Amino acid sequence: MLRQVEGSLAVAETVARCRPQVISAYPISPQTHVVEHLSRLARTGELDHCAYLTVESEFAALSSLVGASAAGSRSYTATSSQGLLFMAEAVFNAAGLGLPIVMTVANRAVGAPINIWNDQGDSIAMRDAGWIQLYAADNQAAADLHVVAFRVAEELSVPVMVCMDGFVLTHAFEEVDVPDQHQVDAVLPPFRPRQLLDPAAPVSIGAMVGPEAYTEVRYLADHALRRALEVLPAAADEIGAVLGRPVPSLVQAHGCRGAGTVVVVMGSVLGTLSEVVDERVARGVRVGALGITCFRPFPASAVRAALCDADEVIVLERSLAAGEDGPLTADVARALAGTRARVRTVVAGLGGRPVTGTALHGLLDRAEGGRLGARTFLDLDRTVIDRELRRSAAQEVAP
Amino acid sequence: MLQVRIHGRGGQGVVTTSELLALACFVEGRHAQAFPSFGSERTGAPVASFVRIDDRPVRSHDPVSAPDAVLVQDPTLLRGGDVLAGLSPSGVLVVNLRGELSPEVRTAVGPDVRVLTVEASETALRLIGRDVPGPALLGALAAATGVVGVDALVAAVRERFTGRVADANADAVLETYSATLASAPEGGRHAPTG
Repeated sequence: MLRQVEGSLAVAETVARCRPQVISAYPISPQTHVVEHLSRLARTGELDHCAYLTVESEFAALSSLVGASAAGSRSYTATSSQGLLFMAEAVFNAAGLGLPIVMTVANRAVGAPINIWNDQGDSIAMRDAGWIQLYAADNQAAADLHVVAFRVAEELSVPVMVCMDGFVLTHAFEEVDVPDQHQVDAVLPPFRPRQLLDPAAPVSIGAMVGPEAYTEVRYLADHALRRALEVLPAAADEIGAVLGRPVPSLVQAHGCRGAGTVVVVMGSVLGTLSEVVDERVARGVRVGALGITCFRPFPASAVRAALCDADEVIVLERSLAAGEDGPLTADVARALAGTRARVRTVVAGLGGRPVTGTALHGLLDRAEGGRLGARTFLDLDRTVIDRELRRSAAQEVAP
Repeated sequence: MLQVRIHGRGGQGVVTTSELLALACFVEGRHAQAFPSFGSERTGAPVASFVRIDDRPVRSHDPVSAPDAVLVQDPTLLRGGDVLAGLSPSGVLVVNLRGELSPEVRTAVGPDVRVLTVEASETALRLIGRDVPGPALLGALAAATGVVGVDALVAAVRERFTGRVADANADAVLETYSATLASAPEGGRHAPTG
């Protein structure tokens, strides 16, 4: 049933209907409302057969889930920013051990400078950890993708992060059709762990692996992760059929057919961008938008297919890859190798700076006028930059 | 698309005001979105919240920069310039204020903006027992512009709150709605702007 609801609550209710058996979490903005609501559901008994652990840190949150998942429990946590970085060691362990934990990342900038607002620098920092990474464009997708996440995680024995823009989605009060219990039960069977810590049949999970086999273990983990490119669309289609609406899986193309210029984004900017694109298409401009739902594994074939008509590809990066153009740019450029498309980078919306429709129109004006460089920062205050560069240059002069 | 921006201070229920408006529009079968200006909110700090209302699903997630209506829960915020930023020249300004806007502010607002001053804090303190002026301001907005129906506002209040709190908030909506209609009888027939 369609309801007007906060994004965090829609996600928490959806997670509860996925029947997690262990939730372990430590609060951090802007993730807080998700875990607060889940703790409420656990306390009132609406979420039953679930152990809700309050722990002393994010590192403990995910570490306890490594144990819970290895012991055969469907396991869930949520975090943001410094919290995700603090659990980094366990993030890699969960993937390396093939534990199908699901985690919501309410995307928030990382420090320093400390900043509680939205960008995607936190989950991008965990890009190579071996988790499937899904990015929600709106709160309906954020809710639905959690069902997909549990299903695919357990099918592949690979952990999944569902990333949603902090505040922009977590705190937005919008209409969402939260999947109901019957629908979730129809597409998400009880968790059957691929490996299990069981006193009756003892095994070791997480033993040391030396040079003779480490490469093979890592190869197989990567192989399982890559299988998501086939498993995800099939699962999303099946879940979408039950929910009665399309559920995104790899990419979301908006008007890419015949579009000479396409802007590629991850997360909630896709909505604002789609409005901008529609306004320009109505004026006869050939422009489109491509949302990347699955960032890891990277769906290179789907991206290449969606961008087959594009001459100009503008990749909007919601994080800063210091010393490089941007992680999404690199992946998109590799997917387009050998095509005629020119790929440009626009770094946008760092630390909560809004990516406005006005700014996106301005960006496309510049692109259409041939005035967009290889790497641009959207809405950058040039006077501050120039002043600081002059000051540091003056300090460097005299040894 | 109709866009509304609500200004107030932390603790005044600014986010709740925006969510009530969005919920009321949803009750009416329209599409709406409410979201706060995100910050480390503290009691007393300036807070803004945004509402978009449309006949089709709302996709944009950027802050409202060109509102059709601005609601001001604390009139001291009018001393800065941000509260009026981008307000449509033919828009609506609803201010929680006893008396009239100062001449300087009235000039800054622009001649074609409809201004309503509402003693919303007094109403809230008397009926709800807390200085949460939002429901009264929404009642005035509904009466003056018709952007949302008063029945839908009351339904939203009753979905959000229960018991005596729901009754008191509904009374605040209804009282200001009636008072605004009585003082500006042509108001309720205005078509929504934007």
